[in-house]
Amino acid sequence: MKHVRFTNAHQSITFSRRMMLLGGAQAAVGTLLIGRLGWLSVAQNQKYQLLSESNRVQLIPVPPRRGWIIDRRGKPLAINKASFRVDIIPQQLVDAPKVVSQLAQLMQLPADEVQRITDELKTSRGFQPVSVSDNVPYEQYAAVTVRLPELPGVSAARGFTRFYPAGSAVGQLVGYVGAASATEYEKEGKNPLLLVPGVKIGKEGLEKTLEPNLRGEPGGQRVEVTARGKLIRELDPKPDRSGNTVQLAIDADLQEYTARRMGEESGSCVILDCLTGDILAMVSMPAYDPNSFSDGIGRTEWKTMSEDPRKPLLNKVLNALYPPGSTLKPMAGLALQQHGIDPKDHIFCGGGYQLGNRFFRCLGRHGSVDMHRAIAKSCNTYFYAMSNRIGYDKIAPTARQLGLGKKFDLPVVSQNYGTIPDSEWKRRKYEQNKRLIERPDWTNSDTLNAAIGQGFVIVNPLQLAVMSARIASGRNIEPLLTGVHNKQPALIGLDPKHLETVRSGMWEVVNGDGTAGASRLPFPDIQMSGKTGTAQVRRLAASASRGQGGDWRYRDHGLFVFYAPSDKPRYAGAVVIEHGMGGARAAAPVAKDALTFLFDRNKAMQSLAALEEQWGGTLAERTARRAAAVKAAAAGAT
Amino acid sequence: MITSAIIPRPLARLPWRLIFLVAGIATYGLMVLYSAAGGSLQPWAMKQGIVFLFFLTVAVGMSYLREATIKAFVFPVYIVIVLLLIAVDVLGFAAKGAQRWIDLGPISLQPSEFMKPAIALTLARFYELLPAGDVRNWRGIWPAMLLLGVPAFLILVQPDLGTCIMVVLCGLTVMFLAGLPLWLFVAPVVAIGVAAPIVYSMLHGYQRKRIDTFLDPESDPLGSGYHIAQSKIAIGSGGIWGKGYLNGSQSHLDYLPEGHTDFAFAALAEEWGLVGGIILILAFGLVVRWGMRVAANGRTRFAQLSAAGLTACIFFYASINLMMVMGLAPVVGVPLPLISYGGSAVMTVMICLGLLMALERQQRTQARGG
Repeated sequence: MKHVRFTNAHQSITFSRRMMLLGGAQAAVGTLLIGRLGWLSVAQNQKYQLLSESNRVQLIPVPPRRGWIIDRRGKPLAINKASFRVDIIPQQLVDAPKVVSQLAQLMQLPADEVQRITDELKTSRGFQPVSVSDNVPYEQYAAVTVRLPELPGVSAARGFTRFYPAGSAVGQLVGYVGAASATEYEKEGKNPLLLVPGVKIGKEGLEKTLEPNLRGEPGGQRVEVTARGKLIRELDPKPDRSGNTVQLAIDADLQEYTARRMGEESGSCVILDCLTGDILAMVSMPAYDPNSFSDGIGRTEWKTMSEDPRKPLLNKVLNALYPPGSTLKPMAGLALQQHGIDPKDHIFCGGGYQLGNRFFRCLGRHGSVDMHRAIAKSCNTYFYAMSNRIGYDKIAPTARQLGLGKKFDLPVVSQNYGTIPDSEWKRRKYEQNKRLIERPDWTNSDTLNAAIGQGFVIVNPLQLAVMSARIASGRNIEPLLTGVHNKQPALIGLDPKHLETVRSGMWEVVNGDGTAGASRLPFPDIQMSGKTGTAQVRRLAASASRGQGGDWRYRDHGLFVFYAPSDKPRYAGAVVIEHGMGGARAAAPVAKDALTFLFDRNKAMQSLAALEEQWGGTLAERTARRAAAVKAAAAGAT
Repeated sequence: MITSAIIPRPLARLPWRLIFLVAGIATYGLMVLYSAAGGSLQPWAMKQGIVFLFFLTVAVGMSYLREATIKAFVFPVYIVIVLLLIAVDVLGFAAKGAQRWIDLGPISLQPSEFMKPAIALTLARFYELLPAGDVRNWRGIWPAMLLLGVPAFLILVQPDLGTCIMVVLCGLTVMFLAGLPLWLFVAPVVAIGVAAPIVYSMLHGYQRKRIDTFLDPESDPLGSGYHIAQSKIAIGSGGIWGKGYLNGSQSHLDYLPEGHTDFAFAALAEEWGLVGGIILILAFGLVVRWGMRVAANGRTRFAQLSAAGLTACIFFYASINLMMVMGLAPVVGVPLPLISYGGSAVMTVMICLGLLMALERQQRTQARGG
């Protein structure tokens, strides 16, 4: 265009043309803007609405309420109690010693608690809150709340505490809950729920084994917060789903009664419904109070318990093994009959049995005894002689058939299932292990010892209860801890005549001329059958007093297996009183009172009241007193 | 224009339609500021309303200026502004920091704002004086480049990229309409298009990163990208009808930064939705169309070019902000005139409108006279 002269006319044409162009461009930009606006607010509306909501609304996880544990009648064994809690979040903590001392003052924390908090703060990871207290009285909670601005890293919140109405009566059975440890957190794939202050998981007993069922789904408190994290208002919470309620076969009243009836003894008692296998009571005493774990247990309290020779932390129903002693004689009687021994055959008991150059003692001189009388009087000589005829390898299968030495399918943390020995077992055990001096072949004296429930035989109390239930019902009872059952299992396949023989022996033990005559049920029409047992803690010869006195630690264990009513068995069980010196003396009375309770509560409560007066208060009173003493000791120690 | 026997003539002669339109936009803006303050006239809406009324009065007053008067003041005003820009830069250098303001006691002056209308007027005046035959010559190009380049550079080093871009765009619009050869506009675009990737590939990693975040702020969601991401969330979550007045969670909960200044449109769109956004865009469109008509109807070359330049100023002001807020352009810090809180933008836009009204009045009076 250079050669053409650019004139005013050109200029004006160019201007209007370019004005058109400019106007068009501006319109295009406007259209683009509107298009973009439409794209953002219509096409992508959902996406941005979601983002806006996630900006606006923050979810503070709310731990689900733990499911209840109830008994067979719906009575609660473990529930949740509303409570206030105070935690420290190490991450946000500025001056740890100052904050802890301030809290200690505000909340009147005992010295050992302060020590625990200080220790936990040292070892805790930044994200894991350290619980100061789970069950803070309202006044202290309020006092902490108003001072929160001066206490960075401290959080005060409402929560729930696990509460066990029956206290230590259900301690071993139900177990307890506690905050998840670092290992448990890792094991669950770093489930963030476990880090929420106040979230407790099962640590022991049923609380642990039923955890997946009890936990539920966490919910959330939805809150509107500003970009700076300031809370504007609370929105409708996302509801949490409570854990499921779990019903146990346990009869809470019986459980509590039995626990109280155990008194100051160390031992255990299991009572089954011998038609269905439902475990009605499973008591191990002394027991810890699971409530004290819910609130976070003090170190002194824990130390006292773990050092107690009566082992309150051990579930003696499942994890304590005892030589069953004479309680196995009815079982041996069944085995003998199965292998051709006529129960009418007599053996003369002159106080013992001579095997080679060794004399095996009986506890008395019973004269001429048949099987019925041998069971009633617990004559060792009869069972020495008869067992020696057939050998223990023929008795062991019957023992196992009745549930001895067996690990049951139960929702429990662990079971020690003991040993029902035979020649194969002994060979395997001692051939391999040269350090053990026992000879690997089965001897006749092994048979004799095993026949009276000593020697290699060790079992747990639950197995004894199952054995007695199977003898009583003739059915293949499996112990059941959860749910209420009506179905009767199939018959076990023992000859009813054989069963009748041993049952008559067991009837005689209590109701006739037997070892437990003092423990008859106080009813004219309901009778209990049973079998006493005394398990030596030391060898007979080693102690002149034969384990009947002296140092508590060396006294014999008292055992008793039983069922009732004798004519139409419904309940069966076992009682073991550690160092109780004899089944008739220590164990049978407990069984008697527990069964009395099942048939007539008032009568049972009367006899308990008399006993508890001797012991110095009810179980709850004594537990509370002991806890107070421990607390005082803890306060004094530091 | 309202013709009625009741209304006195000088008042009736005002371009009422435009004034209502602008007042409407400003009222809309005040409502947004009221909401952004959490439903309160303080601290923004009241002050902004007063500022707007003041500058509206100024604009109406300016509409009585004669074209000749405007022309007479163009170059002196331009020179004064350039001197002020130099002063600001020197002060900023002395203070070892960014400096855009000259503090004059009760008010602080931002000279770069005045440069936006001034550059349009100056270049319009320049091309009016330039003989038609020289427009496509070097003589028609280099003085304009200089007139534009000097203030643009001074503003860029303040540094105020947003204003610099606007000044350059206003100036280029006038130059484009003056009839400069097209290659002058096409060639640099092509050159930049070709050179940018080459330069980019030669840059160091950290330099590239800076350019990346400038061009695509969302690649840095916690830094500069936070603004744009939150702005898009605010606009996008509004939907067609919006969340309702005073119910915008993004702005009320402070997730949207600068919801009362640069990102006021996002706050608006969140509460008023697509519909509210389109109404505002169309309102600006009408203002721009009115300005373009004034330019098209201009009797003199100065009137044509300056009207178009002033209109372009308003247009760029609004569109750069909207593109920025909706994630179509980098965040350069340009407020939305008449909506965002702050007096500068109101002042600039009202000066532009005042001058446009003056030019429009002369078209009418001349038309009548002729």
